[in-house]
Amino acid sequence: MSERGERSGNERDWPLFEVFIRARTGLHHRHCGSLHAADPEMALARARDVYTRRGEGTSIWVVPSDSIHASDPADKDMLFEPAMSKIYRHPSFYDLPDDVENM
Amino acid sequence: MADALTAAYALRLGDDALILSHRLSEWVGHGPELEEDIALANTALDLLGQARLLLACAGAREGRGRDEDALAYGRDVLDFSNLLLVEQPNGDFAQTMVRQFLFDAYAVELWPRLSASRDEALAGIAGKAAREAAYHVEQSAAWVVRMGDGTEESHARAQAGLDLLWPYAGEIFEADEVETTLAEKGIAVAPSVLREHWQARVEPVLEEAGLVPPEGTGVRKGGRQGRHSEHLGHLLAEFQFMQRAYPGAEW
Amino acid sequence: MYTQGLNQAVEDGGPEDAELLARFQAKIDREEKIEPNDWMPKAYRQTLIRQISQHAHSEIVGMLPEGNWLTRAPSLRRKAILLAKVQDEGGHGLYLYAAAETLGISRAEMVDRLLEGRARYSSIFNYPTITWADIGAVGWLVDGAAIMNQIPLCRCSYGPYARAMIRICKEESFHQRQGYEAMSRLAEGTAAQKRMAQDALDRWWWPSLMMFGPSDADSPHTGRSMRWKIKRFTNDELRQKFVDATVPQARLIGLEPPDPELRHDEESGHWRFGEIDWTEFNEVLAGNGPCNRERMAARRKAHAEGAWVREAATAHARKKRSRMAMAAAAE
Repeated sequence: MSERGERSGNERDWPLFEVFIRARTGLHHRHCGSLHAADPEMALARARDVYTRRGEGTSIWVVPSDSIHASDPADKDMLFEPAMSKIYRHPSFYDLPDDVENM
Repeated sequence: MADALTAAYALRLGDDALILSHRLSEWVGHGPELEEDIALANTALDLLGQARLLLACAGAREGRGRDEDALAYGRDVLDFSNLLLVEQPNGDFAQTMVRQFLFDAYAVELWPRLSASRDEALAGIAGKAAREAAYHVEQSAAWVVRMGDGTEESHARAQAGLDLLWPYAGEIFEADEVETTLAEKGIAVAPSVLREHWQARVEPVLEEAGLVPPEGTGVRKGGRQGRHSEHLGHLLAEFQFMQRAYPGAEW
Repeated sequence: MYTQGLNQAVEDGGPEDAELLARFQAKIDREEKIEPNDWMPKAYRQTLIRQISQHAHSEIVGMLPEGNWLTRAPSLRRKAILLAKVQDEGGHGLYLYAAAETLGISRAEMVDRLLEGRARYSSIFNYPTITWADIGAVGWLVDGAAIMNQIPLCRCSYGPYARAMIRICKEESFHQRQGYEAMSRLAEGTAAQKRMAQDALDRWWWPSLMMFGPSDADSPHTGRSMRWKIKRFTNDELRQKFVDATVPQARLIGLEPPDPELRHDEESGHWRFGEIDWTEFNEVLAGNGPCNRERMAARRKAHAEGAWVREAATAHARKKRSRMAMAAAAE
């Protein structure tokens, strides 16, 4: 999730926030970018100004970037490989008679 | 007669939005931080949108075939009817934001009331503007507080901005024949009605910001009747230059 | 607003682990994206930081020549379009700074580099916007050239850059159209308007062609950038594509690019054009363009005058936090 790998913590910038936007009700909030703001209220308002100029959203979350804990890409095999072998979690694993549609 | 008055009223509100939008557009590309630059442009765009609708409405009511551009680019100072407040120069960011806040606190009280106007066109424009003003006033109020409460320097600048602009706020609540007659017909909002609501918005924000309105400054007015400050002529010289240099051309 | 002319790779910065390098290259060859926390060669990181930040600076400095006409747009419709467009450039600068920040450099550092003259931005913005027609020409030619460069970047190997470019390209789709529309209006207008339009084309044509950067023969790092999929087409390929698209557009509205050698090559289907004056390009790049000083002065002024505003917001946020903490402790 986080794109904030190694950041030189520069005190001169306003803090960085990650912006998540729900495009319409029924969908997840989705990461769409980041911005700098002095406080969370300002971050919300500027997210609205910067990331919804074309009516892209109905709801916004902002999260201080340094609050995000990210998995280490070096652990990718350990974390995600096991799931790759569990093909029975995917619907296409199952053979059904052709006459059964839409299951 | 009613149409002529409605035209004049729409023109007043349209000129406010037009001139304030123009002032904000002067900031674009020069803001104190990238995010704020984008936010200022948003407000400028909202106000420009309001101005275009209001000028078009005024032109239609006037019935002399003048469209939004004819009204925006074809009048001189004496025929502009915006508040003196909105034509005042940007100064620093504090001055700009204090000006914006004093205006937004008025707009946010005006538009919802005007959306109940018996004039359907005005009511429609007001409904749209009400939503925009609600956001604008939140943002300008937040900046007034940030600057008033922030550092010694920002406090001093915000106070200086308030001292400079406070005398222009009183004009918001002035009414002449235009507002008075139309308010009686349920078309316009009587400006005097807005004063206490405006105060109820402005006072707590200034208090939180630690800013104090200057006393005994009187009221600077005349914009509604075309008696402007020196600043408007310079603004128009720049704003109208193309239409003046190439009369009748299409762009 | 991006120019490949700025796209020079940095020095390698020491030897890299051969196995990691091979795995990295294999990943790129499979068209997989590189993400911020992934291993990457130092030169890849440095090249990207340089390219993305220059791209961001170009957007921000690019607000100035167009912003020059915000207060003088000839109609309210044009004023609204221009405001929205200049605002978009600011937004694009912001997305790009954010993409560069994922590589471990702060915005403040990037801005310092720009203001101290250590970072470049697209030279095209060192040309003046003298008449209203320049706004049409910038949209039509400069944004047109930029979009040719930017569309391939949507497939750039670095994930955050590619995603920023997708958003930017989507938003920019109206920029070139509005410019061409503004030019068309002038070209079909009065004699004075037509003169203005042709004059703008005369001044912006060659600088627009230069936006694609030096000829492939003089672009030593093209090979590596192509291999890393930071760059997808060569400078000359893109330039030709631009000329092929633009010449018919100009003629359609009765304007003529200022190139006596311009001719259509029936065999290849391409428009052949004359020699580009690279001395001019290098002069502007070296800081001797018509507006280099003005542009930098404007950016420095905005940054310096914004300092107290940024500090005020920080100070207020700090006070607010400590007040809230005290209130919570008192409960």
